[in-house]
Amino acid sequence: MLGNIKHIARKEIYHILRDPRSLVIVFAMPVMMTFLYGFAVNLDIERITLAIIDYDQTPSSRALVDDFYNSTYFDRPDKEIDSWNPEEALKAQDAAGVLTIRHGFGEALERGDEFALGLMIDGSDNLLGAAVNAYSNGVLLKFLQDRLPPDFELPGITISQQVLYNPDLKSSHFFVPAIVAIILIMISALLTSVTIAREKETGTMEQLLVAPVLPREILIGKILPYIVIAFIDGMLVLLFAKLVFGVPIVGSLFVLAIFTMVYVATSLSIGILISSLVQTQQVAMMFALVTTLLPSIMLSGFIFPIKNMPTVLQVISHIVPARYFIDATRGILLKGTGFVLLLPQLGALLALMLVLLVVAGKKFKARIG
Amino acid sequence: MSFLEAHHVSKSYGDVRALERFSVTIEKGEIVALLGPDGAGKTSFMRILCDLIDADADAEMSLKIDGVDVRKDFAKVKPLVGYMPQTFSLYPDLSIEENMTFYAGIYGFTGAAYRQKRDQMYAFSNLGPFAKRRAGALSGGMKQKLALSCALLHDPKLLILDEPTTGVDPLSRRQFWEMLLELRASGVTILVATPYMDEVERTDRAVCIFGGRKLTEASPKELARQFEGRIYYLPQSPSRELIERLDAIDGLEARRFGSGVHLYTDERTEITVFDGSLRNAGVDPAQIEPIEPSVEDRFIQLMEQETVQ
Repeated sequence: MLGNIKHIARKEIYHILRDPRSLVIVFAMPVMMTFLYGFAVNLDIERITLAIIDYDQTPSSRALVDDFYNSTYFDRPDKEIDSWNPEEALKAQDAAGVLTIRHGFGEALERGDEFALGLMIDGSDNLLGAAVNAYSNGVLLKFLQDRLPPDFELPGITISQQVLYNPDLKSSHFFVPAIVAIILIMISALLTSVTIAREKETGTMEQLLVAPVLPREILIGKILPYIVIAFIDGMLVLLFAKLVFGVPIVGSLFVLAIFTMVYVATSLSIGILISSLVQTQQVAMMFALVTTLLPSIMLSGFIFPIKNMPTVLQVISHIVPARYFIDATRGILLKGTGFVLLLPQLGALLALMLVLLVVAGKKFKARIG
Repeated sequence: MSFLEAHHVSKSYGDVRALERFSVTIEKGEIVALLGPDGAGKTSFMRILCDLIDADADAEMSLKIDGVDVRKDFAKVKPLVGYMPQTFSLYPDLSIEENMTFYAGIYGFTGAAYRQKRDQMYAFSNLGPFAKRRAGALSGGMKQKLALSCALLHDPKLLILDEPTTGVDPLSRRQFWEMLLELRASGVTILVATPYMDEVERTDRAVCIFGGRKLTEASPKELARQFEGRIYYLPQSPSRELIERLDAIDGLEARRFGSGVHLYTDERTEITVFDGSLRNAGVDPAQIEPIEPSVEDRFIQLMEQETVQ
């Protein structure tokens, strides 16, 4: 048993090494995808183009304009804004909002009178619109605080807000672990999905099946080398996430490594199951993509919280491996959650892997055609 | 008890009957040719023999190698069987040596035992100097020698070869058959599917298969003797037009044969009866000479009789 697994595994390593182009893709693709997805699904809003029309033209109004543009939230529009027709700037998407400082702002500030600034927001992108509103209020509040005499305080009650674990509320810290999970499951399933299908397609299976080797030896022998590759892939992507997106690794690297290893092994088992069911590499790859990508995005809690889903989908989400890995990595990376607290996730992944492999062993027919 | 016993093996793919109650028995140490055109059922039979595809269910069917039921216990006889599929089935991205190491390993030969087998195979196949070359980069003949070497690494008692020399140059073909005859001399039982008549003539027995059914089986000499009628050779370039003109003569049949023409008449008719018609067809009867029928003559006759029925 062990001998044959070793022979199959060694043969598989030859296949991998003899195909350097695929190997490059295997290592370059996840890194590239992390990069692309990491930036694409960045929900942090910075550098919003805001046009400011200053009718007041006092030192105070100019100071306020400076405060706006000196904050990291707002940028000046590239084009001159027509102050008679500021709406055109929104229509042409030259700016996401237009702030109007009417005449009398400086005077009102000195006297302590009530005064309203005009803010026109492009509501067609509601996220962006809300951000313009919130950030403008923030900048204004800061401006007012700075100008109060030292012994004065702003009236009213303020909420002291404290954000835990992701203090900057950076969405990348939240998303990157999920992206890692999706990329790993996809790559892993793709890797193994073609291995058995390829032997069926090229006819080498016909010779192999006549030799005294058991289906389970073929399956395990084929998975082993890929666990190493997919694990290196996983570590590479995580390292990349830390370097490029500054995702912190608060918890234990060792626990993270264990989870990555078990997760890729589970993902590889999906590929093996697919491979033992289909006849051609092309069909295998299609299946690998369909069964990993969509469920991992929709049902893993990546974008949509699982507890808000209909009951049926909540139940289905239990067989989505990405769900457990995302849970675990968010915990390990951001909160430093320890091994013991994550045992349920680890157990779930191992159970999924076992089921996948047993079914693959049963479905793998020692038959051709 | 014969070494290989197959009775009433049937196989259909949808409406197509690939094998119909096909039976064959092979004694230990025999080399038997499975002779038939493409689609006759040769590959299906060999695959069933290797438990690679399932035969149709049939209560009367039985399939035994060395007394072991193939369908129940093929794993038991796996070490006894060496199989060479019709298409090259080794790993093209692995070298000659790596392919051999892999298959030897699966059959339990490692270390010194493996090296001994390997050197034996290299001496046998002359592939030694190319050990590092990838299998995909080998010529057709070398590929087949490598495939045979891999099928022989574990000293099988029964070799099942599915058209091993199709697409191989004549010299390699001859070398390949010398290897097979050497193996038979050492006691290996061989079943070889082939469409080539000259190869059949080197075997102990030919089993003719057509449309999934056994037409006849006999030693090559006997098979040729079973030819019904008389046969003549016309050493003239066998253009399609010539064949058609000759075939049109009543009581005479003409077939292209290599670079000449074979003429068939029935047992009681001398070719001289047709002298006039032959001259009319533009052939000099003096050129025509009687010859002994070959395996191919008989096989073509069998197939034509079968098709008429």
